[in-house]
Amino acid sequence: MVETLRKIFLADLLTGLWVTFKTQRTSNIVTEQYPLERPRVGERFRGAPRLNNNPENGETLCIGCDLCAKACPENLIVVGTERNKETRRLDLTYFTYDLSRCMFCGLCEDACPVDALELTQDFEMASYTRDGLIWDRQMLEEGPRPTPYTR
Amino acid sequence: MTNHLETSEMVLNMGPQHPSTHGVLRLILKLDGERVKSIECVIGYLHRGVEKIGENRTYAQFAPYVDRMDYVAAVSNGLGYCLAVEKLIGIEAPPRAQFVRVIFAELNRIASHLLWLGTSALDLGAMTALFYTMREREDVLKIFENYCGARLTTHAFRIGGLQYELHDTFEAELLAFCASFPARLDEYERLLTQNPIWVDRLKGIGILTAADCKAYAVSGPVLRAAGLPWDLRKAQPYSSYDQFDFDIPTGQNADSYDRYLVRIEEMRQSLRIIRQALDRIPSGPILAKVPKVLKPAPGEIYSSIEAPKGELGYYIVSDGSLQPWRLRVRPPSFLNLAALEKMAVGALVADVVAIIGTLDFVLGEVDR
Ligand code: SF4
Ligand code: SF4
Repeated sequence: MVETLRKIFLADLLTGLWVTFKTQRTSNIVTEQYPLERPRVGERFRGAPRLNNNPENGETLCIGCDLCAKACPENLIVVGTERNKETRRLDLTYFTYDLSRCMFCGLCEDACPVDALELTQDFEMASYTRDGLIWDRQMLEEGPRPTPYTR
Repeated sequence: MTNHLETSEMVLNMGPQHPSTHGVLRLILKLDGERVKSIECVIGYLHRGVEKIGENRTYAQFAPYVDRMDYVAAVSNGLGYCLAVEKLIGIEAPPRAQFVRVIFAELNRIASHLLWLGTSALDLGAMTALFYTMREREDVLKIFENYCGARLTTHAFRIGGLQYELHDTFEAELLAFCASFPARLDEYERLLTQNPIWVDRLKGIGILTAADCKAYAVSGPVLRAAGLPWDLRKAQPYSSYDQFDFDIPTGQNADSYDRYLVRIEEMRQSLRIIRQALDRIPSGPILAKVPKVLKPAPGEIYSSIEAPKGELGYYIVSDGSLQPWRLRVRPPSFLNLAALEKMAVGALVADVVAIIGTLDFVLGEVDR
């Protein structure tokens, strides 16, 4: 009897439709509209590397200690330094970072004693060439410039 | 005159690109009609030589690589590795770090089981489950991302404890997840547990008895579905697991359906552990005193944990240098996969898909 009534009033169909409509609320939408909207990644996200400059005088924070290169399991950081005769300190001459082999483990960032090297929240690092993935010091200081997306 | 048609055995290649082999597994099936007469696994398509890489890296440097073995349960891999090295150098992580590790390992168990549930339901034709499980898995991955900056290959723990202190919104995120997840689990169960198609495709399929499990060294949910309550978290507690109250779900029939039930129940138990750990999380340091340069004394150790897929062990031989002399991983997936032949011979081709699904292996870990 109950079974027949359920059939007449399409109870199962309605239950099914209810499930469908229940998930139609905007608060339940989980799809991200990338690239129209850039997703907000976590604050600690390990993405594109950046070599930080001192905000006051624009000089690099890096002291050329080579610790990041030693910490990296993939050996992909090359730090070039030169001893400055006057200040007797190491001056950074070049800094290359091979993104194509980086696995964003964060060990280099942890090793840096002065927070010069940092993995940032940028994640748009694609390049058409392998060479484009080898970042030099200028690229590391400026960060990636992804093409803006337009419709 | 005979009516028999001329039938002969057929050799069928399943994979390495078959979607239901979950990665790059190639199966050579010898078929008699629809019945599987013999089955041969061809592995190694994803071989990266992780163990060899380990011999050429320092102990700290190797930690990110273990995430790439079982990439759906990277946190557990990392935990196993950190515990193994800690055992080798004779230190222990501080209590706070242990609790945080437990929380993340259990979250990862949930994420891993969710991915398993979604994909194997998809293989068997129940597509809806995938969307639901992926939604919940996203919540877990978001917590990982906010905590350590990566979603999949997390590198969340360091030898001796943790690198990162818990982020500010951690508790709120975790509480929200704990509050919503039980209802979601019930939702999956409403979708699948009584679903006649699901039950028909899993009940009595791929039976692996407890004795066979032992013979093949199968561990994890597959073993527990055969009725053996063997769980390393209880059998040899590590990382403060002895301080939590949880049950080990077991099955009786040792078939695919029981494996499904065991995993669903395991997610509930994981949630229980997470709640307890969150309530009682002690304060204090998160990193033990670890020498800057890790140079363990010569020796060898084996240390294992209960990863979502079974017993994950690390065997490390140190010769007193900066790098391990030998590093061997005992991957649960590889040993569980070995039992596939036992389960699948005599079954139908379509059942092989169900058996592969409920065995739950990850080829990244099988091949390493
Ligand atoms: S993130 Fe890891 S792999 Fe990449 S440069 Fe830093 S240490 Fe090397
Ligand atoms: S560790 Fe930091 S300071 Fe040292 S070389 Fe690397 S980026 Fe420069």
